[in-house]
Amino acid sequence: MSTLQSRTSTSPRAPATWLTQAWSAVPALLSSVGAVVVALLVGALVIALTGDDAVTAYRALFAGAFGDRRALGETLVAATPLILAGLGFAVAFRAGVFNIGLEGQLVLGALTAGLIGGFGFGMPAMIYLPLALIAAAVAGGIWGAIPGFLKAKTGAHEVITTIMLNYLAFRVSAAAIGADDVFPVDPGSRATERAAEASRLPRLLEGTRLHAGIVLALVAAVILWYLLFCTTFGYRIRAVGLSRGAAAYAGIRWGRTITTAMFVSGLLAGLGGAADALGLQGRYYDVRVGYGFTAIAVGMVGRNHPAGVVLAGLLFGALSSGATRMQNTAGTSREIVQVLQGLVILSVAALVAISHLRLGQSLLGRLPSRRTGERVRSDRTSEAVSEPELESRPNPPAI
Amino acid sequence: MAERSADGPALAVEMRGIIKRFPGVVANAGIDLIVAKGEIHALLGENGAGKSTLMNVLFGIYHPDEGEIRVDGRGTRFTGPRDAVGAGLGMVHQHFMLIPRFTVTENVILGSEGSSTFRLDRQAAERRVADLAEAYGLRVDPHARLGDLPVGMQQRVEILRALYQGSRTLILDEPTALLTPQEVDELYRILQRLREGGGTIIFITHKLREVAAISDRVTVIRRGRTVGTRVTSETTATELAELMVGREVVLRVDRPPATPGEPVLVAEDLVASGIRGEAALRGLSLTLRRGEILGICGVEGNGQAELVEILAGLRKADKGRVILKGQPITNVDPKALRRAGLSYIPEDRHNRGLVLDFSLTENVLLGNADEPPFSHGGRIDGDTTQALTQSLMEQFDVRAPSPATPARALSGGNQQKLIIARELHRQPDALLAVQPTRGLDVGAIEFVHKQLVQERDQGRGVLLISFDLDEILDLSDRILVLFQGRIVGEYLSGHVSRTELGLRMGGRGGDEHAAVAD
Amino acid sequence: MSDFFTIALLTATLRLSAPLVFAAMGGLLSERSGVMNIALEGFMLVGAFSAAAGTYYTGRPFLGLLIGTGAAMLASVIHAFWSITLRGDQIVAGTALNLLGAGIPAFLLQRLFETAGGTPAVARLPTIGGGLNVLVPVAFLLVPLVHYLLFHTRAGLRIQAAGEHPHAAESVGVDVARYRYACVLASGALAGVGGAYLSIGDLSQFTVGMTAGRGFIALAAVIFGNWNPVATLGATLLFGAAQAARVQAQALNLPISQDLLIALPYLLTLIAITGLVRHATPPAGLGRHAATE
Repeated sequence: MSTLQSRTSTSPRAPATWLTQAWSAVPALLSSVGAVVVALLVGALVIALTGDDAVTAYRALFAGAFGDRRALGETLVAATPLILAGLGFAVAFRAGVFNIGLEGQLVLGALTAGLIGGFGFGMPAMIYLPLALIAAAVAGGIWGAIPGFLKAKTGAHEVITTIMLNYLAFRVSAAAIGADDVFPVDPGSRATERAAEASRLPRLLEGTRLHAGIVLALVAAVILWYLLFCTTFGYRIRAVGLSRGAAAYAGIRWGRTITTAMFVSGLLAGLGGAADALGLQGRYYDVRVGYGFTAIAVGMVGRNHPAGVVLAGLLFGALSSGATRMQNTAGTSREIVQVLQGLVILSVAALVAISHLRLGQSLLGRLPSRRTGERVRSDRTSEAVSEPELESRPNPPAI
Repeated sequence: MAERSADGPALAVEMRGIIKRFPGVVANAGIDLIVAKGEIHALLGENGAGKSTLMNVLFGIYHPDEGEIRVDGRGTRFTGPRDAVGAGLGMVHQHFMLIPRFTVTENVILGSEGSSTFRLDRQAAERRVADLAEAYGLRVDPHARLGDLPVGMQQRVEILRALYQGSRTLILDEPTALLTPQEVDELYRILQRLREGGGTIIFITHKLREVAAISDRVTVIRRGRTVGTRVTSETTATELAELMVGREVVLRVDRPPATPGEPVLVAEDLVASGIRGEAALRGLSLTLRRGEILGICGVEGNGQAELVEILAGLRKADKGRVILKGQPITNVDPKALRRAGLSYIPEDRHNRGLVLDFSLTENVLLGNADEPPFSHGGRIDGDTTQALTQSLMEQFDVRAPSPATPARALSGGNQQKLIIARELHRQPDALLAVQPTRGLDVGAIEFVHKQLVQERDQGRGVLLISFDLDEILDLSDRILVLFQGRIVGEYLSGHVSRTELGLRMGGRGGDEHAAVAD
Repeated sequence: MSDFFTIALLTATLRLSAPLVFAAMGGLLSERSGVMNIALEGFMLVGAFSAAAGTYYTGRPFLGLLIGTGAAMLASVIHAFWSITLRGDQIVAGTALNLLGAGIPAFLLQRLFETAGGTPAVARLPTIGGGLNVLVPVAFLLVPLVHYLLFHTRAGLRIQAAGEHPHAAESVGVDVARYRYACVLASGALAGVGGAYLSIGDLSQFTVGMTAGRGFIALAAVIFGNWNPVATLGATLLFGAAQAARVQAQALNLPISQDLLIALPYLLTLIAITGLVRHATPPAGLGRHAATE
């Protein structure tokens, strides 16, 4: 872990000056914060409408998330899979692919990690843990690459294929947990056998459940940042996502790029699942937590930037860990968190849309659009008035 | 108020003192357009003179900041196209506003489907459409699927729709841009028949010959202002040209004679099919030499798009070969083409030439990212690329606050300069320039033209593909005419008339070899 | 014996296809008007929950159906507002609504019934025999209705125009936004009926996540059916049959993996989408905003 960190920290100077990213970072941050605030306010309204005291509820939520050492630990624990899967969402989105399949990719990663840990091989942790993590990452990666590949080859829209692959992953998981003649599983508790100690992510802080998964997530964020903004690999991903036409012009292969991006996306989600199984639970439970769906909100609020995803992951981790305390002390159902996620996505989308409509492009940092054609229209610069329509019609998505 | 129309002939459209501003630009800076009933009135102006804006103002799509509009003598303030249609105006768009999957009848009746508010009586509608077509001599099959019809026929559907909606004044926006000469003749006949029936026609164009061929009167606008209205039969092409461009003579590029060298880019017998599977290229061959600008002219849709995409590595040829500097490069990917020495200025800067949301520096990386000095072993050298971008910006006069500015924030001219800077920086052997000045203002056009000539003089081969015949005539040392996927004529610059080229572009023309270069 | 099972398989197919038909017809209208609609799943969940809750409080399943339909329609107003008025990304809006569609019922379930899994048992819509409820014939009658609406009415022509070429439709005075709103709202209502079908037609309670991806399968059926009502019906029947096969196999105790059988509709959808999408011709203006302003 530390070797990875030192390698990235000695990486070349930040290319901050030559990227539009830096130019739009602050407004993007502000608008994301704004979106979260709006969502929390609407959420408060929902809570109030159902007869609870929103202030009490949010206060309990906050205490549950940051109130003490244990709460803080829980927040970081909850944030870990969210950050990893959120990074996965971001890298796919940057390539122009909307990965709703993170949940399935995460489940398969967790299952793989749980099974490998459950076998209880007699290996040292030096080998066992990396082995389990790599296997989980590959499992998630392959599950992610499939819809990428299908989109590239047949044009099948990822929204449908990833969702179908989610349900298929759930079936795979259920089948594996039921197959106690083949796998180290315990069908009675719908889980894998307890993972061998050598395969588990070490605990970081006594008195909390905080494990090394958070380090994994932060390192992954740094590596992804480097990949996206300092390498030709990341350049290809971003070019393809922003303008398929221009990428083709530059000789960047769209199909290969989105498939690879989706592999990386699934890989990160798979790691998220593994971190949860090998760090928090110590085994894989065949229970849907929905990290993969929350990760969509995490990615979007984080503006699909690794740093933003880390912050958004912490935020949603806090919501999740605080929700339990809220339910216990204020009586507000913890499902409100799921509602908040939907609201946050809506308000991010609204802010982005409004920035397109009225405030002009420069005011708010924007999400990379997956349909760049739409943008050209709003681009009423001086010459767009007289210029014949340059917008070429891309094929509409088939959904 | 009404005295004017009492004196002279009745007026169909009066637009007075129209001013329309957009952020950063005044598109219409005071335009007067007076159209009498029953005349064909040409609205002449260069690209960007403000013609389209004016018509959008007339149609209620834009609201004028100042000025008054009267239609049939009544002052109007349209809030949208619907009002304009209600007042008897009809628009035939340059890019047809028709639905390919609908039948002719469905396209015509959409929006004014008839008396029944719920059920759609197809048969009755088809009869009405057929009768109307008959009455005006517009031969179209009301049952045909629009997408299956040729372009000229589709345009007739637009005219038919305007008539169906009860238009008395028809506005045609650059109606000949996509037509073959025969289709243009047919259009002229239709318009004359409409005029005989008492209709009024506003004919928007930037082509002098069309003004002479069809109009009764002509209003010329330049840079958003009306510069004059003339009776067509009492004016000359020269006078109109001067009014239109505001100069004595048409802009000429200062261009020493070419000294062509050895062939640099050769295409042999290219065959390719278009998007819908139709034969787009049918055995096209050409040879581009060092030190020359080879212009390819032709009506849009005769295989230009396919030729460009094959040469740029974006589409595979079914048959034939492409050779660059003696090396076969047929169906090679764009990256390898660039490495082999071919640069490409694409027609569509927004969707091909640039990633609008990338910074200028990131756009300079486009197509270069995998090579030193831009990157080493997969790691992008940001500092070097940025420094290079900065120097290219100075060298090519790209006006932007900094290399980190997103390309979207630049004007069209500066965007195009950035693309040219990036492509010329590679010092290519051959340069493929497609519609390189489309939509640019005069200053930017001059800059682009100068660059192309300069490249030629440095011994590169420049292949210029443009639908603008004037650009081809101004720049090319040699001209090829593309018609239906084949080269049907080859001329040396200065040895061919527009008429000859025009005939060839329409697939006609006399002596096969009379004017062909050696 | 085999006849009995053939009939059982047939009725099971009808029973399992019907909710898909409702959602698919809604999705078809929305997409034909040019608005991508991945929110069907969320609408169905909202409809299923509200119908069950409505029935619980009123005691009358028909009122519950009305409430479920209305609630899903309300959710679709959000989708329409984001996708049409704000001109936001339709996939993003749909994703948010799917999260809300899952979250709000779960939240309210806690609040109203203080349970996590599902509502208490409620009354069901009446049946017409063979274990089929009254909504089954309605579903199949809906198909010719949608067909007639799309291809034989003025509104249908305008809906298609809005979906094919919004700019052209606007140029002849068609109020694209209005038709799109109408279609998205219709999709909400129909998906809501589909959801109510599940909670108060097929079962007699709402359970969390009970739609199990049917909204997405319905959308896949629309694509599979090439945006044509009759062909879409065929696709829903196919997906319904795949689900029925599982029920029958279970009843017959066939030695086939349950997991495989449960996975069958999803697998089939995946194959249908990837295998046929090449030949599909979606409305040309799908996902494209109208050009006003």
